[in-house]
Amino acid sequence: MSIIRKLLLTGAGIAIAGGAALWFLSAPQTLDGAALAALGPGDAGRGEQVFWASGCASCHAAPGATGDDRLSLAGGVRLETPFGTFVAPNISQHPRDGIGGWSAQNLANAMMRGVSPDGSHYYPAFPYTSYVRMEPSDIADLHAFMTTLPQVEGAAAGHELAFPFNMRRGLGLWKRLYLDGAPAVALDNPSDQIARGQYLVEGPGHCGECHTPRNAIGGTDTAQWLAGAAAAEGTGNVPNITTGEGGIGDWSEADIVALLESGFTPDFDSVGGAMASVVRNMAELPQSDREAVAAYLKAIPGHPNGY
Amino acid sequence: MKLFALATVAFSIMVAGASADPIADRKENMKERGALMRILAPVAQGQQPFDAATVLDALEKLSANAEAATDIDALWPAGTESGDTKSSPRIWEDRAGYQAASDKFAADTAAAVEAAPQDIDAYRAVFGPVAANCGTCHEGYRL
Repeated sequence: MSIIRKLLLTGAGIAIAGGAALWFLSAPQTLDGAALAALGPGDAGRGEQVFWASGCASCHAAPGATGDDRLSLAGGVRLETPFGTFVAPNISQHPRDGIGGWSAQNLANAMMRGVSPDGSHYYPAFPYTSYVRMEPSDIADLHAFMTTLPQVEGAAAGHELAFPFNMRRGLGLWKRLYLDGAPAVALDNPSDQIARGQYLVEGPGHCGECHTPRNAIGGTDTAQWLAGAAAAEGTGNVPNITTGEGGIGDWSEADIVALLESGFTPDFDSVGGAMASVVRNMAELPQSDREAVAAYLKAIPGHPNGY
Repeated sequence: MKLFALATVAFSIMVAGASADPIADRKENMKERGALMRILAPVAQGQQPFDAATVLDALEKLSANAEAATDIDALWPAGTESGDTKSSPRIWEDRAGYQAASDKFAADTAAAVEAAPQDIDAYRAVFGPVAANCGTCHEGYRL
């Protein structure tokens, strides 16, 4: 056997072994039995609060929808990003076009592991990197609430992504880097209120998905948590919401609460873009939750603008 | 002679209507609106006491301001989509929608003036719908 032939065979062997390793490492991972057991029976009343805290309607209801239209979750919203265009799917109760057939376990694997019922990866435009921090019982409550929502016929269009981003399997490797469920910031002995704020902001509220800068492959940079970022869609920047320079250091907690309830900044500008919908969600929560978010934002490390 | 007078009138209307810098004009309009909101909103939020005369004066100014902005061809003419502006391209793509949103703000504001609220509850009832326009419009038409 010639040297060259040996080298070629060795190279092929390495490629096959490497490919097998990558295939193994990129496999979708679902929740374990303990997490699934923690789901519990689910309470639709509590689930409505989880629904608003999680911002589902912002992407899955029609753009600009108000009132009961926000419970019509037909999807179709297009997120145009540097990776391609993501189209929010129909998550109404329609059995064919939506998620009407899903169990609480299916919803938990989708939200906390980014894995569909048929075992494939979701793209992280669906913010499971934040939802992974949620309590399983909140997911069960959310599932119970969602089963009370209307069925809307009509599947949303598919994503429009170029190679290599159209290879879903590769997301398994991305998840190994960025889907860990660890707290975004370490807080020393936080009060109950700040801990609640941390849960809302880092988990269901998924604030960091837009307000924290991302690296070239789309991982959030927790060293600049909530420091503001170039907008993933279109032009412009998402504001710094830490107390650092360029941020909201001169806002009182009451100012933050007022914004989350009414959309008005302390100088009575009114927030727009995607945040207008976020405010409609936050306005549905109890005042104590808005206060918790404000207390948390004042407690975390300040950073200069992340954009 | 009559024709000349008419032409003069028409010309002066055109000059008055067509500003050299629509981007600066619309920013000025929004700034004035913000200043009036800084009078009106804290009263609705209970941070400042309700005074019927102060509120009505600010509402009347807001109504004139809103009415001026319904002339979207003057403030958002073709060709001012880019530059130092936060106006969204959707203003030009969805002209009818933007006109309707501007008209609704003007109508809600005029209704608040018409109501001339005499106490805080009456004021909140008319100011709420006015303020709701801010978020609706900034969501769809501002970057």
